[in-house]
Amino acid sequence: MKTSATPGGTAATLADKNGNARTWHEPEIITGNQTFASITEKIASINEGKTPTGWYIAFGVAAFFAVALFAQIGWLFWKGIGIWGLNQTIFWAWDITNFVFWVGIGHAGTLISAVLFLFRQKWRTSINRFAEAMTIFAVICALLFPTIHVGRIWVIYWILPFPNSMEMWPNFRSPLLWDVFAVTTYFTVSLMFWFVGLVPDLATLRDRAVPGSLRQKVLALFSLGWRGGNKQWKHYEKAYLLLAGISTPLVLSVHTIVSMDFATSIIPGWHTTIFPPYFVAGAIFSGFAMVMTLGLVARKVYGLENFLTMNHLENMNKIILVTGTMVGYAYGCEFFIAWYSGNEYERFAFINRAFGPYWWAYWSMISCNVISPQLFWSKRIRTSIPAMFVISIFVNIGMWFERFVITVTSLSRDYLPSAWKYFSPSIFDIGMFIGSFGLFFTLFLLFIRHLPMIAISEVKGVLPQADPHWYHQDDHGANGHSVNGGNGHGTHKNGNGQKEEELAVKNGNGNGH
Amino acid sequence: MAQIFPRWTNTLPTIFAGGVSTLALGVIGFFWYYGSPKFTDVGYRPDQPVQYSHKLHAGDMGMDCRYCHSQVEKSSVANVPATQTCMNCHKIVAAKSEKLLAVRESYETGKPIEWVRVHKVPDFAYFNHSAHVNVGVGCSSCHGNIAQMEVVAQAQPLSMGWCLDCHRNPDMALRPKDKVTAMDWTPGQDLPGEGTPEQKQLRFAAAVKLEKHINPPVNCSGCHR
Repeated sequence: MKTSATPGGTAATLADKNGNARTWHEPEIITGNQTFASITEKIASINEGKTPTGWYIAFGVAAFFAVALFAQIGWLFWKGIGIWGLNQTIFWAWDITNFVFWVGIGHAGTLISAVLFLFRQKWRTSINRFAEAMTIFAVICALLFPTIHVGRIWVIYWILPFPNSMEMWPNFRSPLLWDVFAVTTYFTVSLMFWFVGLVPDLATLRDRAVPGSLRQKVLALFSLGWRGGNKQWKHYEKAYLLLAGISTPLVLSVHTIVSMDFATSIIPGWHTTIFPPYFVAGAIFSGFAMVMTLGLVARKVYGLENFLTMNHLENMNKIILVTGTMVGYAYGCEFFIAWYSGNEYERFAFINRAFGPYWWAYWSMISCNVISPQLFWSKRIRTSIPAMFVISIFVNIGMWFERFVITVTSLSRDYLPSAWKYFSPSIFDIGMFIGSFGLFFTLFLLFIRHLPMIAISEVKGVLPQADPHWYHQDDHGANGHSVNGGNGHGTHKNGNGQKEEELAVKNGNGNGH
Repeated sequence: MAQIFPRWTNTLPTIFAGGVSTLALGVIGFFWYYGSPKFTDVGYRPDQPVQYSHKLHAGDMGMDCRYCHSQVEKSSVANVPATQTCMNCHKIVAAKSEKLLAVRESYETGKPIEWVRVHKVPDFAYFNHSAHVNVGVGCSSCHGNIAQMEVVAQAQPLSMGWCLDCHRNPDMALRPKDKVTAMDWTPGQDLPGEGTPEQKQLRFAAAVKLEKHINPPVNCSGCHR
């Protein structure tokens, strides 16, 4: 019985095949009396229908900023990174802030798709597909910034270890090199995991496409000849499990390495052992906020209330609350250690952070990241869509400020007061940051338009009728197997609308898990 | 339902995999061979404004390198000689030769001959001739057998890896001081003691490294200062 751990389910007593009483924890993961057919129809039709005008407008805006980003990158390559507001003291600013911001956002997708999968959190099926897409697009935006910040882009391949006539290798002791490995591995594994998850759904779209159309051919190519047979499912689920296992350490490792870019240096405010766990918690925090922001919009626009239920939203808000509290604890801990260490430079760095020239950034961060998620202790706020939307935006803002505070305030005032500087962003700092959002949303809109944004086969797998014993409730009246006098059927909320013939749909792509 | 792709498309993945790996190997192989300084730089032999023959002067007549490149033991640069150095002899020797027209003109006008530099090291790589010559690295180790060249050509790649090969293990390139300009010197040649030339060379190198404190830098700032 695999449904017992589902949160939010109600219990019902049913009879199994041998007539023994069993307690049945019924999931309400997907609402609205969905059948296998209705799920396919609902999700696939989003990709198959006419493109809405609103999509064109949104895509136009996003694509404009994405193109503007690439134009600015062209100018950056021509002129050099001096077009940013960088100076001799503050050599990392918005570029690295944006990098850490985007990598962090990606982490929620991996957590949802891999960690929640291993922990059998079935509610993940409604959000994992677009969260994984978000991961991939966020990592693309993230990879962009360290790539362009090197200055001499034409020798960027020197970051890769390969035998060459210079007999020169990258510095294997540098976390900047570990970063290259960590983030590229992250991108590759995330892409693979996402694609493997897509294969059955692409086959569903293929089978619904107009025969002989180009769309059908493309879908057929990428669905890799998927037929939905038992053997294919057997191999597929093994592969999916393995990929989840490979992805799980990445949730922790990638942002750990990113934090070491700072932590292994000797700058006060960076040189801190708490950074790896603190960064990982912050990454999941910011990622879930972004999943929430995107999910709420998609839910409203495409009418996905039955798939992304209040139960899902509340679960995500709880994760935001937990990780937000962890992040708040880390902020406090940094201050405590700055005092407790007795190191005057460390003390100065933190007092300067909160009360120095960047006080506004610090307190924006505290109010967005520490205070705003605490409102989720209240069930009323936790289940209010406007409130959670606003808080998720606050968290996104706060997490950007966190990276800005760490990167810029620490650099701006280090050991040598004569070198202290204040950072002011140039038009290109701002333009490229907005441009990265343009790129992200361009990719995300293309994804929403052309690929199923909810994992059709996985959602089917968590329906009550996907359970091998589900049909007995319909049998028991006729065959008299029930020892409970039929009260099982009465309390079974979701089963009421099901008809025998709908079971016929439960083959092929339907038997997800 | 009809098949979406015809049967022959089954061969496409194999062809694709084979094609991609062949292409990848081809691209790597191309750059490995044609992109290396061993291909791009070795053999560079620009035309010079005067048909000067190193083979005649340094080879057949046995002039010492340092007669013309006189600062090589004192300076980071092995100087190209001034026209006056040529005229030390050529006022008398072949004084009316057609081939020396440009030299005499330079001598009279004071305008230097514009020799074309053959051995180029980038600006960001620091190289000091005197540091090498004075510890016993011979001319021919880097420049090849100049005494056999009518027109000087680059004999070695002068790539960073090539520099590092010797900096990591200089034993075979260290010579007794009086052999530095010898063009046909081989490791271990004319060294005292027992054993093969290689054994003698290693013994000599160990001693000379100790004596002259030879410890070639292999860190970045050794050359990129």
